[in-house]
Amino acid sequence: MSAADPAKPPAAEPALPGRWRAAPSGESERQRAWGLHVRHVLSENPITLLAALMFALLVFLALFGPYIVPHDPLASNAAVALQPPSAQHWFGTDALGRDIFSRVIVATRLDLGIAVSAVAASFLIGMPLGLAAGFFGGWWDRIVSRLSDTIMAFPLFVLAMGIVAALGNTVGNIVLATAVINLPFYIRVARAEANVRRNAGWVEAARLSGNSDWRILARHLFPNALPPAMVQLSLNMGWAILNAAGLSFIGLGVRPPDPEWGILVAEGAQFIVSGEWWVSLFPGGMLMLAVFTFNLLGDALRDIFDPRRRT
Amino acid sequence: MMLKLIATRLLGALPNIAGVIVITFVLTRALPGDPAAYFAGGAATQEAIEQVRRQLGLDKPLLEQFFDYLGALARGDLGLSLTTGQPVLQELLQRLPASLELVFVALVLACAVALPLGVLAATRPGSWIDQLCRIVTTAGVSLPTFFTGLLLAYVFYFLLGWAPSPLGRLDPMFSPPPQVTGLYVVDGLLAGEPGLAWAALKQLVLPVVTMALFVLAPIARMTRASMLAVLSSDFVRTARASGLSQGTVLVTYALRNALLPVVTTLGMVFGFMLGSSVIVEKVFAWPGVGSYAIDALTASDYAPVQGFVLAMGILFVLLNLLVDVLYVLIDPRVEVNA
Repeated sequence: MSAADPAKPPAAEPALPGRWRAAPSGESERQRAWGLHVRHVLSENPITLLAALMFALLVFLALFGPYIVPHDPLASNAAVALQPPSAQHWFGTDALGRDIFSRVIVATRLDLGIAVSAVAASFLIGMPLGLAAGFFGGWWDRIVSRLSDTIMAFPLFVLAMGIVAALGNTVGNIVLATAVINLPFYIRVARAEANVRRNAGWVEAARLSGNSDWRILARHLFPNALPPAMVQLSLNMGWAILNAAGLSFIGLGVRPPDPEWGILVAEGAQFIVSGEWWVSLFPGGMLMLAVFTFNLLGDALRDIFDPRRRT
Repeated sequence: MMLKLIATRLLGALPNIAGVIVITFVLTRALPGDPAAYFAGGAATQEAIEQVRRQLGLDKPLLEQFFDYLGALARGDLGLSLTTGQPVLQELLQRLPASLELVFVALVLACAVALPLGVLAATRPGSWIDQLCRIVTTAGVSLPTFFTGLLLAYVFYFLLGWAPSPLGRLDPMFSPPPQVTGLYVVDGLLAGEPGLAWAALKQLVLPVVTMALFVLAPIARMTRASMLAVLSSDFVRTARASGLSQGTVLVTYALRNALLPVVTTLGMVFGFMLGSSVIVEKVFAWPGVGSYAIDALTASDYAPVQGFVLAMGILFVLLNLLVDVLYVLIDPRVEVNA
């Protein structure tokens, strides 16, 4: 269940950040309680703080990575091909003599970009569909639920492969495929949240005061569905990165020589058996750290928004 | 009563099968560019393209094309692979045992590790084994399978030399055993060649461990959570208060009930495994259906890819059905309610 209890009036809900819900009174009081709660969650699990720092680092690298790397990520130099990590090349060089450290850093933007756009698309499409399905019920609910069940009837990675193979081998289609396979999660979260609240007293009150159905959906039910959706968003980010990297690892989407973590691992795979581990393992490790960061953040968000669902 | 329940589940799977077929059909018609021009070849004239279009039935209305597609599926016709010239269905069936071998052995291994881990973590919350369980479940879902696979290959093949060369199902020294089950280890034993079975088993270890590491996390997490919930329930307290031994309480009372949600997660776990098997097969050059699809993709040969997506979709629906039936069979409350 979510943090908000439908039986109580909105004023009794646990505090949410002020920008999501305008609080009529006791604003500062509430913010203080919220701050204490966040600090409590952070102090109980210091790893969360680490995850937040990692997240900041990833965002920084995505924004400024190309300007701070020591070497041109695309410049090959046969004289230094396949060299192990050194002071000159921190992560070593690949078969063409390109600097792996620079390639791994520059790849951050593409990998995060794919994941962010895909997850944002699923969120923006899935939330309205799910809210409407849960709120209106009837045939609308049947269609939306059938759609999400049908997507979930596939092993999701295989469906993503099929979509990219059918629509064409481009980065745009990787984003599209990743968005499609994440869609059911948002539909389900939003549908469940709207469904349990559609007959709540405060929804009736909002309707009686003259709000249209769509306005109730957007202004009253959507904010209530946000906390669980945010948790889903963070967990999905890690998963979307894994998925996109997996697709490019098997040769879909991103084309060489563009640096992307999945492709970088694939390029180094053949050298593993002859002992040149750095070509694959550094980009793979970076990918793992990024996914780990988002998963930890998702867990932390869940602890903050919904202490009861902790496992 | 139980048969009726199982029959209901069977009927419930039909819409999913239908959905899988519709989506696969849409994907086949969404090929980049003009499929007729594609199949006619690069140098084809306009007339040749039109002729191919008629041959493939692409000039008919979409609904009619859909029924043609259904008819072809009913005959088991998934088209021909352009690169090998063989029927796709035949090639898929030939390679399926290799993939299933990987998936099922990995599942057994993952359960063998994750169930005790989850149970121990739940019985001793806060202890080192609980922390271990927490680390395993968080790290497990973050590990890209291709990263784990390559790391294992590097450590156990290159550094330690314990594992055989991580390529394929069998050392090239051996020839495959006569096919009975399609599983090399079993077939090797059946053929009375323990050496061959041993070699096949050694090839199997790294890919299976890679995959098991990936699905360990959801199983352990669910086992721990549901064990915790069951252990704090009234009937376990009653059982304890009645002086039953710790073992009886844990296994007979708690675990049996805690397993039900775990069985439900198995459906999701199968989905993960079928997806990740594609990547694991590529990493270890495993000749299963996944690497077949990747090879076809690289060669822009679409019929095998579409056949693969359809086959995986249907296989997944069937596995979910199996999980549902298993649930009905092991849920002690079903008979009481019915």
